[in-house]
Amino acid sequence: MSLMEEIGQRAQASGVPLSVHLDVTYRCNERCVHCYLDHDDRGEMTTLEIRGVLDQLADAGVFFLTFSGGEVFMRRDFLDLVEYARALMFSVKVKTNAFMIREKEAQRLYDLAVQEVQVSIYSHRPEVHDAITLLPGSLKRSLAGIRLLRSHGVKVIMANVLMMQNLNDWAGVRNLAEEFGAEFTNDPTITPMMDGNRSVLQLGLGVPQLHEVFRKSDLVGDVDEFCAPPPPVNDGTFDAYPCSAGHTLCYISPYGDVFPCVQFPLPSGNVRRQKFMDIWLHSDQLNEVRSITLRDLPVCSGCGHAGTCTRCPGLAYMEGNMRGPSTQDCEKSFARTGIPSANMHLKKYYPALHSSAPHGLVQIAVARPA
Amino acid sequence: MSPLYIARSVAVAARSLDGEMMIMSAKDSTLFTLNPVGTVIWQSADGQTPLAEIVEQKICAQFTVDPEEATRDAECFVNDLANHGILLISGEPISPAKPLNGGPR
Repeated sequence: MSLMEEIGQRAQASGVPLSVHLDVTYRCNERCVHCYLDHDDRGEMTTLEIRGVLDQLADAGVFFLTFSGGEVFMRRDFLDLVEYARALMFSVKVKTNAFMIREKEAQRLYDLAVQEVQVSIYSHRPEVHDAITLLPGSLKRSLAGIRLLRSHGVKVIMANVLMMQNLNDWAGVRNLAEEFGAEFTNDPTITPMMDGNRSVLQLGLGVPQLHEVFRKSDLVGDVDEFCAPPPPVNDGTFDAYPCSAGHTLCYISPYGDVFPCVQFPLPSGNVRRQKFMDIWLHSDQLNEVRSITLRDLPVCSGCGHAGTCTRCPGLAYMEGNMRGPSTQDCEKSFARTGIPSANMHLKKYYPALHSSAPHGLVQIAVARPA
Repeated sequence: MSPLYIARSVAVAARSLDGEMMIMSAKDSTLFTLNPVGTVIWQSADGQTPLAEIVEQKICAQFTVDPEEATRDAECFVNDLANHGILLISGEPISPAKPLNGGPR
């Protein structure tokens, strides 16, 4: 067991919220076609309110703090918030598009010993990246921001969301990351909008594209191991919790709403009206999330993929039932192994593993959903 | 022997979990956990209190240890942390660093 896993287990046993994801704004200068947020300001927490929340989080034992949005630099006080958080000794991660990072911002993020800055880069080609952000010149500006961060010694991760629109560009982004001395990560998960609108999911990869991506050793490592049929499920698996959401992690919106995770919009309290620890310890919603093990999932507990599935309870919740399957994760398990999930059998849903479209024709222009 | 002063580096993240410190270096993201004795030394590393005084007044008072052995172990420990860049050591008192004016919790 790694030290990180050991700390996670100890935090869970002690009821400590080890990690918090705090969105400081939903406002953004980009309009990414797949974004799950609206970008209005419906009454963001003030600087003083956020400082008060950070004090409470430090007292609660939170160690890993992610500042995200929206675009964090849309707030003029953002770097002051980072400074306050670092004074409280959080391990701070910042998610930004780096568009507004100049010399001053890069220097300050370095001085404040921020752990890492994650920047979404969708493609190495401006015409593809900018068509996703819907902001002309955004790739050029984001890369300029990354270059400044790196020149000041800030650790940068280039995050690449895999969609139909940029399916063939992940290797170009990975090469960019190498060139800039940044790390690279990618993920094919598209999240439904927080209001339940699922139209953005059509931008994500279909099963044939996932099947193809999961067979690239550059991305998944040992393909035979990654795509192997799932091993038999044992008793220990049935008693396992699905993920850290609500157990050692939670999400706080710019309006103070608390959820189990950024991808799990189950309203569990609001720090403007309640103390954070009262929500963390006594929220009926968080306690319900914590009570659920694999054994309690009516469909998934009978699925052969149960031991290896990446089932996201938040995606299941947005599909209608936090104890139900997450079809997106069923599709991933199917694309990996070629074995349909219990949910797919139930729905008699058997998508094709291979695309009939010739290779190279999957990169399409997609208009922003209304 | 001249006194040794120790201060926490500001380039780390730190938090107590079940009475033991978790410390992460911002330089290379290395994660450390300190045992209860190490945690007391870390929490006392204010840059103003000599290490010998920390050992005498905190370690020997809270743990059953031989003072000489505790001093030797403490010196090894702080040197080890200093080599990882998460603790500063000096023969003179160390001023509090800016802008991180809060303390670990």
